[in-house]
Amino acid sequence: MFGIVVLFLAVSLLFYCLFGGADFGAGILEGFAGKRYRSKGRKLTYTAIGPIWEANHMWLILVVVILFMAFPKVYTVVSIHLHIPITIMLIGIVLRGCFFTFRHYDAVKDKSQRYYSWIFVLSSIISSLFLGIIAGAATLGRIDTSTTSFYEGFIYPWFNEFSFAVGIFACCIFSFLAAVYLIGETQEEELRKYLLNQALKANIVTVVAGGLVFLAAKINGFHLIDLLLSHLFSALCLLLATISLPILWIALRKRQVILPRILAGFQVLMILTAWLWLQYPAVINLQNGPDLTLFNTVAPQATIQVLGWALIVGSMLILPALYYLLRSFKFNTSAE
Amino acid sequence: MEDLLSARLQMAISLGFHIIFACIGMVMPFLMAFSHWKWLQTNKDEYLHLTKTWSKGVAIFFATGAVSGTVLSFELGLLWPGFMEHAGPIFGMPFSWEGTAFFIEAIALGLFLYGWNKINKWVHWATGVVVGISGVASGIFVVAANAWMNSPSGFDWVNGQAINIDPVAAMFNDAWFSQALHMTLAAFVSTSFAVAGIHAFLLLKHPGHSLHQRAMKIALTFGAITALLQPLSGDISAKDVAVRQPAKLAAMEALFKTSKPADLVIGGLPNVEQQRVDYAIHLPRFLSFLAHGDFNAEVKGLDSIPRDEWPPVVVVHVAFQIMVAAGMAMALIGLVFLFFAWKKKHLLFHKTFLTIVALATPLGFIAVEAGWTVTEVGRQPWILYGIMRTSDAVSPMSGLMYPMITFTILYLILAFLVTWLMARQIKVLHETYKPELQEA
Ligand code: HDD
Ligand code: HEM
Ligand code: HEM
Repeated sequence: MFGIVVLFLAVSLLFYCLFGGADFGAGILEGFAGKRYRSKGRKLTYTAIGPIWEANHMWLILVVVILFMAFPKVYTVVSIHLHIPITIMLIGIVLRGCFFTFRHYDAVKDKSQRYYSWIFVLSSIISSLFLGIIAGAATLGRIDTSTTSFYEGFIYPWFNEFSFAVGIFACCIFSFLAAVYLIGETQEEELRKYLLNQALKANIVTVVAGGLVFLAAKINGFHLIDLLLSHLFSALCLLLATISLPILWIALRKRQVILPRILAGFQVLMILTAWLWLQYPAVINLQNGPDLTLFNTVAPQATIQVLGWALIVGSMLILPALYYLLRSFKFNTSAE
Repeated sequence: MEDLLSARLQMAISLGFHIIFACIGMVMPFLMAFSHWKWLQTNKDEYLHLTKTWSKGVAIFFATGAVSGTVLSFELGLLWPGFMEHAGPIFGMPFSWEGTAFFIEAIALGLFLYGWNKINKWVHWATGVVVGISGVASGIFVVAANAWMNSPSGFDWVNGQAINIDPVAAMFNDAWFSQALHMTLAAFVSTSFAVAGIHAFLLLKHPGHSLHQRAMKIALTFGAITALLQPLSGDISAKDVAVRQPAKLAAMEALFKTSKPADLVIGGLPNVEQQRVDYAIHLPRFLSFLAHGDFNAEVKGLDSIPRDEWPPVVVVHVAFQIMVAAGMAMALIGLVFLFFAWKKKHLLFHKTFLTIVALATPLGFIAVEAGWTVTEVGRQPWILYGIMRTSDAVSPMSGLMYPMITFTILYLILAFLVTWLMARQIKVLHETYKPELQEA
């Protein structure tokens, strides 16, 4: 059962990055849209993510519940020491979800639309940025559970170049995901071209931001390259992610819809796998004492047992429903 | 401000905000499904209009409920890590099922809101019902988790560690049934009365408006039936509390001295220093009867509890009086409505009745907030009753006042915006939908 719980944790994290990430990215892209495409883009965002954002968002809840039930120490250490970035991310998530919905359901379409959009875009950026910062801080290993200083305990772990670089990388890759996803959602030639262009730009910045992560790691004295060389599987994953890029571009140019989506998802999968493999079995690297791993924080057997069954039975209920949802709204537009 | 107090306030504000959206998310789908079903049966335009109008409101409430719930699942750790470290593995099970229920709810809602004319009309109707059922299921699961904090079970507490964990026993603790039943009914009462109240108010402004009449009739029927059941369920809860948390019952009733028999104290303001209740009405022996079903039973007072384990008596007592008063008022309104409905008299044109229902709009939610205050403040100073103190669970981070203030402001803004958006919906509805013209 332990294996199943870990698998669900990893898959939920992946799905949140993929689906939730594409939602965040759509918000970010909207902020960079030129005047001409603003209203069209907005409509597209709406039809593309309106019916599914709430379901996408559930993956995050699943991650949290699995963490606090199965790996309580991980959950509490993160909650204590990353209190500030988590709070900021949450405020972003709240504003984003609310204003996205308010914008669409406001019965009077007047000037307030502008404010809704503005906050939607801003909070999409903030949520993605801080999600990345939290991941970066968990990896960097500056969390010190014994310190009594406010700065060392609650600021220093996340307020650094590396965590911010990961945050920026998250924003970029989410935008890329969103652009690739949105291309398949429209039949309009002009809009398609425009999105293709957005995807390309997002792709370039993502690669640059990836470089930035390595640079920032160096600045913060975190030996990322050495780590990669000693974890060849991770290095291989990153390599595969890079190799699949040209294929993705060719497929996009050939007006394919499904293949580019799969490839973009594959890239995220590879990057996430590379990261998790570098970390494994650690979840949180600590500055003082041994890291928090999947093994030294795991809850008692009885808990893992009931959680595992809940996840298995739950997913048997959820997956067919999710498939039906996607089929009803997604595949009919992209089938053309 | 003290960190512990800030944390408690932040938790209370977040939960108090979330519960309103949670109640609406649980009950509106049923009201909508009812109206939707009427439309499928009768093909009357008003029902379609009503369903769609309601569903637009629900989308706004649902989104706000979902994101505020997300905040909560993090807040448990952000504010109470000392508690979650031990509690997570024990009471996590209902949360994991709650997750499944939310997922299904979110999927079904997506299908319902966007499925008009896209999926089979009966499948579409069924998705609405599924939203409601999974909403209620998720509510029951979280309440079971909360009940465990009131009535810890499924583990042994040895030297500050939990051993022999049994999550199934923890979920089915002694309090889960009475709390889950009472909360589910509360959601129906509060949401139905709020909806009926708003439509009653609109009927006063637009007399005879058929859409509002149908809406009010549906909502008030749901509200009246559940409001009549609620005191019965409250009685089950009270008897339960008397056995498992005597300190909470004593605070609810402001009973300072163990008495046999015990009087029921109605209203009044407890004076903790002097250990008496000012301005109250006393009903001899009634508390013995309500708490134990016997007019001569002994009821434990606060004097049987160590002074440092008393909950805040004034808050708990006053909140309890507010809940019961609101509950009785709604039960009465419900009774009148059902009586006349049974006599086939139309109260929907009766101005006084409409005014009363309109005035009762917030009553249900007031009762819900008051009831949770009774449950949660009445548990103090324990976060895990009898086992862990709230002060031992709070986050070691200082300056908790700042997140508390930030979230308070955020929630105030959202509450304002949601209200404003509802007002705009109603305004537009009246501009675009004129029942007189439809009938002509
Ligand atoms: C519409 C809402 C509503 C109404 C009309 C009532 N209640 Fe209530 N009450 C709640 C909404 C509520 C609640 C918000 O749902 C609580 C908080 C925790 C819970 O399980 O239910 C609650 C808690 C609660 C508790 C504490 C349970 C515990 O701590 O485990 C008691 C003893 C009662 N109620 C008793 C009553 C009585 C005797 C009522 C008579 C009219 C009544 N309630 C009406
Ligand atoms: C008695 C208390 C509670 C009840 C009855 C309740 C019920 C609900 C319901 C019905 C929803 C669906 C959303 C909606 O309809 O607006 C919801 C959302 C949510 N609640 Fe609560 N809740 C309660 C307390 C909590 C607590 C304490 C937590 C976390 C620890 C929590 C976490 C969540 C989450 C994560 C969501 C979002 C689900 C989604 O995205 O659809 N809830 N809650
Ligand atoms: C949604 C309905 C709920 C409301 C309105 C509510 C209200 C409150 C209030 C007023 C407090 C502060 C009490 C005090 O410190 O004096 C509190 C504390 C707390 N509640 Fe609830 N509660 C609700 C449901 C829940 C649920 C379902 C859970 C968990 C499963 C929960 C967990 C907690 C925790 C952990 C605290 C902090 C510790 C404490 O003060 O004892 N609550 N809540």
